[in-house]
Amino acid sequence: MNQLKNKRKHFVLILFSVFMIYPVFWWLGASLKSIEEMKSPSLWPTEPIWDNYIQGWLFSPSEHTFAHFFSNTLLMELWNVAGGVITAAIVAYGFARLNFKLKGLWFSILLMTMMLPTQVTIVPQYILFNKLDLVNSYVPLILPHFFGGGAFFIFLLVQFIRGIPRDLDEAAKIDGASVYGIFLRIIFPLIKPSLVTVAIFTFIWSWDDFFAQVLYLTSVDKFTVGLALRMYIDQFEIQWGPMLAMAMVSIIPSAIIFFLAQKHFVEGIATTGIKG
Amino acid sequence: METDKNEKNTLPIKHKRSKNGMNNLAGYIFISPWLIGFLLLTLWPILQSFYLSFTDYSLLSDPEWSGLDNYKKIFTRDDDFTASLSVTFIFVLVSLPLKLIFSLLVALMLNQKLKGMNFYRTVIYFPSLIGGSIAVSLLWRNIFGVDGYVNEMLSWFGIQGIGWVSNPDTALGSLVLLNIWQFGSTMVIFLAGLKQIPSELYESASVDGAAKVRKFFHITLPMLSPVMFFNLILGIIGSFQMFTAALIITKGGPMHSTYMYALFLYEKAFKHFQMGYASALAWVLLVIVAIITALNFFVSRYWVFYESDGKGDR
Repeated sequence: MNQLKNKRKHFVLILFSVFMIYPVFWWLGASLKSIEEMKSPSLWPTEPIWDNYIQGWLFSPSEHTFAHFFSNTLLMELWNVAGGVITAAIVAYGFARLNFKLKGLWFSILLMTMMLPTQVTIVPQYILFNKLDLVNSYVPLILPHFFGGGAFFIFLLVQFIRGIPRDLDEAAKIDGASVYGIFLRIIFPLIKPSLVTVAIFTFIWSWDDFFAQVLYLTSVDKFTVGLALRMYIDQFEIQWGPMLAMAMVSIIPSAIIFFLAQKHFVEGIATTGIKG
Repeated sequence: METDKNEKNTLPIKHKRSKNGMNNLAGYIFISPWLIGFLLLTLWPILQSFYLSFTDYSLLSDPEWSGLDNYKKIFTRDDDFTASLSVTFIFVLVSLPLKLIFSLLVALMLNQKLKGMNFYRTVIYFPSLIGGSIAVSLLWRNIFGVDGYVNEMLSWFGIQGIGWVSNPDTALGSLVLLNIWQFGSTMVIFLAGLKQIPSELYESASVDGAAKVRKFFHITLPMLSPVMFFNLILGIIGSFQMFTAALIITKGGPMHSTYMYALFLYEKAFKHFQMGYASALAWVLLVIVAIITALNFFVSRYWVFYESDGKGDR
């Protein structure tokens, strides 16, 4: 009886998984199809055209290949992740462990900024970066990550640090450690797992943060992978095969990270979510 | 829950006295990265955009004071504003409830104890991971196009397909579908909420002979209502910011049927360079979102169920 029930559950789950993931498989097949075959709903092309990937990568009317766009994006990501992880940890420690004037007020403001639509601040931010002559550079994209990496991450780390027993801090204090020492030698090593979560989400979110990229990067030379993909629909006649091929390649980094670090994923979302 | 308990137990007894009070300087040093960022890139821009909303400003010359002109125009003479606001509202009202219900059902399905559940979770979550990317928007444009595979499939059943994203009646629908397909984070938050419901509640209900449906409505839903509320608030704010898909898949068209507010604001500011006008639009958005959020918090008193103080649940 129970076995039958389990089998039925598996059946439903498998069916649903296939339904959800189907567009991705179709996409993979379509990226290998000729134009004629593109609209066919068959999953796999009769004759896979690997040339789509080569042509897509070379990105022929442009003088840059996708290697260039990938290195642009990855370099930006390196800064974003480093800035986010380090500053979020520092700020979170302050909120989680230290007592200072107006702490409650600042923390509520921090939580409120999570609900602020980005569009509200974008115009003056743009004007500011424009005045500083930083439009068409990576600074407007990278710099915000060095300011605590975003309210979500600070909040996540604060929750995590609060879960660490204070006895450890106290023991270190008796040994003569300062608050800075406690942060560097006790807390920082202990929160490494959640720092991985922060790193992963920073990476994926800034990869997909199209709004800021469209706004601040104007010359093709500086384009990210996302902006280069957009050129397929804006500048040339749409070549679906190479476009879908490169779109597929563009999600590989996020996909790899996701499959390597799923545990962090679920935990990250759950912690920020459930405590909100 | 666990963490709060730890703190409550250890804090007052052992440590409160041993601390020599406040740690002002160190505290501010630690939070300074966030604080500087907040003042520079959030608070100041909000205030500045308030000022700019009363001006004409094109970036090229200095802002020119124009009083309430921008707001007057927005509320009386701007058809684009009315169009984009109603499109955005329809989008939120249709996609959000569907997304919440769908996420909850999936979370219930994935909350069962079964071998291989991790595998299913991974597969089912994966589309949400990539759903917000421009890559998926391009994919969507393809499969819902006139020659897309959606139409090809329909033709098997003898249905003559249309260009889903190029038809004003269906374009918004295809964006709604994409939004629902990205249900992952919402679902994971529900899943975490489900795991926090103490199993004793279900067990004692079983003893009383309660049916499954009854358990769902009398235990699961009330216990889950804070999580539902959280998802609702974040969902509303997220939907108002919907941008990438509208820009890539439909460019706001056809006939403004997908002219989402974020896209409208973006075009005013960065295509027409009407910075003052865009600032006014930003403030209108801020006020709308604030009102909706406040209303939700107010109404939540009647349907969100909080345990007395989180102590009695274990």
